[in-house]
Amino acid sequence: MSMPFYVAPEQVMKDRADYARKGIARGRSLVALIAAPGILICAENPSNTLRKVSEIYDRIAFGGVGKYNEFDQLRIAGVRHADLKGFNFSREDVDARSLANQYAQILGQIFTHEMKPMEVEILVAEVGHGSTGDQLFHILYDGTVMDETDFSVLGGDADTIAQRLKESWRPDVTLAEALGIAAAALAGPERTLGADDLEVALLSRDGERRAFRRLADADVASMLASLPPAATPVDPTGATEPTAAPEADDTPDS
Amino acid sequence: MPFFTPGQDPGPDFAELLRRSAVAGPALTEPIGPELRIPHGTTVVAVRYLDGVVLAGDRRATSGNLISHRSIEKVFPADQHSGVAIAGAAGPAIEMVKLFQLQLEHYEKVEGAALSLEGKANQLGQMVRNHLPAAMQGLAVVPLFAGFDVRRGVGRLFQYDVTGGRYEEHEIATTGSGSLHAGTVLKLGWREDLERDPTVDLALTALFTAADEDSATGGPDLIRGIYPVVATITADGFRRVADAELEERSRRLLDEFEARQPRRNGGEATR
Repeated sequence: MSMPFYVAPEQVMKDRADYARKGIARGRSLVALIAAPGILICAENPSNTLRKVSEIYDRIAFGGVGKYNEFDQLRIAGVRHADLKGFNFSREDVDARSLANQYAQILGQIFTHEMKPMEVEILVAEVGHGSTGDQLFHILYDGTVMDETDFSVLGGDADTIAQRLKESWRPDVTLAEALGIAAAALAGPERTLGADDLEVALLSRDGERRAFRRLADADVASMLASLPPAATPVDPTGATEPTAAPEADDTPDS
Repeated sequence: MPFFTPGQDPGPDFAELLRRSAVAGPALTEPIGPELRIPHGTTVVAVRYLDGVVLAGDRRATSGNLISHRSIEKVFPADQHSGVAIAGAAGPAIEMVKLFQLQLEHYEKVEGAALSLEGKANQLGQMVRNHLPAAMQGLAVVPLFAGFDVRRGVGRLFQYDVTGGRYEEHEIATTGSGSLHAGTVLKLGWREDLERDPTVDLALTALFTAADEDSATGGPDLIRGIYPVVATITADGFRRVADAELEERSRRLLDEFEARQPRRNGGEATR
């Protein structure tokens, strides 16, 4: 008869968190930022069919990084939750906060009770009715929820990208400017990302019932081309930063 | 939040998700007697024209011999490029439309691509078929489905029967108590080269004639400002025709109708 070895719970949690973080760091990042026409969500994603950003409900979008099959499963569960809620009550009663809490419950549950945590980070974004009321919920693999303002960054490189965004983000930027800021932040000083490398969607404030718009590659390309060259790279200060992106050693605040 | 094991997963089917989540209502056990006066919606029509289709319905709901609603709406967008119009028991019909709209949107979100027009028409047929037990108990719902087929670039019409039978029509489709009269008017007025404006007029004339012959169909109500709901569905999507335009067209239609009336009482037109 074998006796199971005693492993301290701290060690179990740390191992799981390391495992999840490693999985997430292998994928590419995603940023969401609040702009004048709505919330722009931009992911580095060379695939044109396997989506990281999608529609959940009228004013709510979903973004996921990490393991595709895992966040896609969460996306579908979110669509189901929102559609059922809207059908049983009213469309107005579906909100991002409650959805984010549901996701947090599930991720937390899986993190502590399952063999393997989900190697994902997800974003639940809701565009407000006026120029205010936008919400960005960033949920980690262990169920930690963060309510973020202005912008949100998901993925392995999050700290570096967030630092770049902090320098370049301004309130009330146009769609094209927001796209330029997002693409430059994702790319960093060493690279440039084109329309083929990006998946872009907008939660629009234009007043339509369904606010989610996917931007076609051609539109993204023409918007990026329309920007003055100076607007695309980040501040000159960005160039003095260390160029090598550190591996994801950011500890979650849990 | 709903999670399913692979064998139990309802896929993109919202109606199945509702059943699995056990929120569907109880089935009826007894037929609905005549003493329970359920509002019924009546005449709706669909006409194909050059750019797409026109979908129109009158505004009356009746319970037996009483008018239960004067301004009910029976024409709804199903999604961006299709619409549904209903006749039959109003409650279940509106519920069916709500479920159908959600079904299409749910599919689109889960799958990341919209259903084909054919797929939408079949889906509605299945919903009518599933409603058959209630129909047998007196709550029949018979919809019309019309849309712009973006893959083929044409407007298409679908008519249903109470068993869920789905019939594609190429020129016109009607359903409801006044459909016989409305259908005749449409049949006589339809041409291959119809543009939008004459098609809207044709649909209004058909509904007006149906209202003239069928007490359960409401005509244009100039006093209260209630006009049929008319929508066009083209490559640009579902567009509802504005009430101001419908008022103008209805007035013209009534003036023409009045001018055609024989003069009685020794030559003095009756008012």
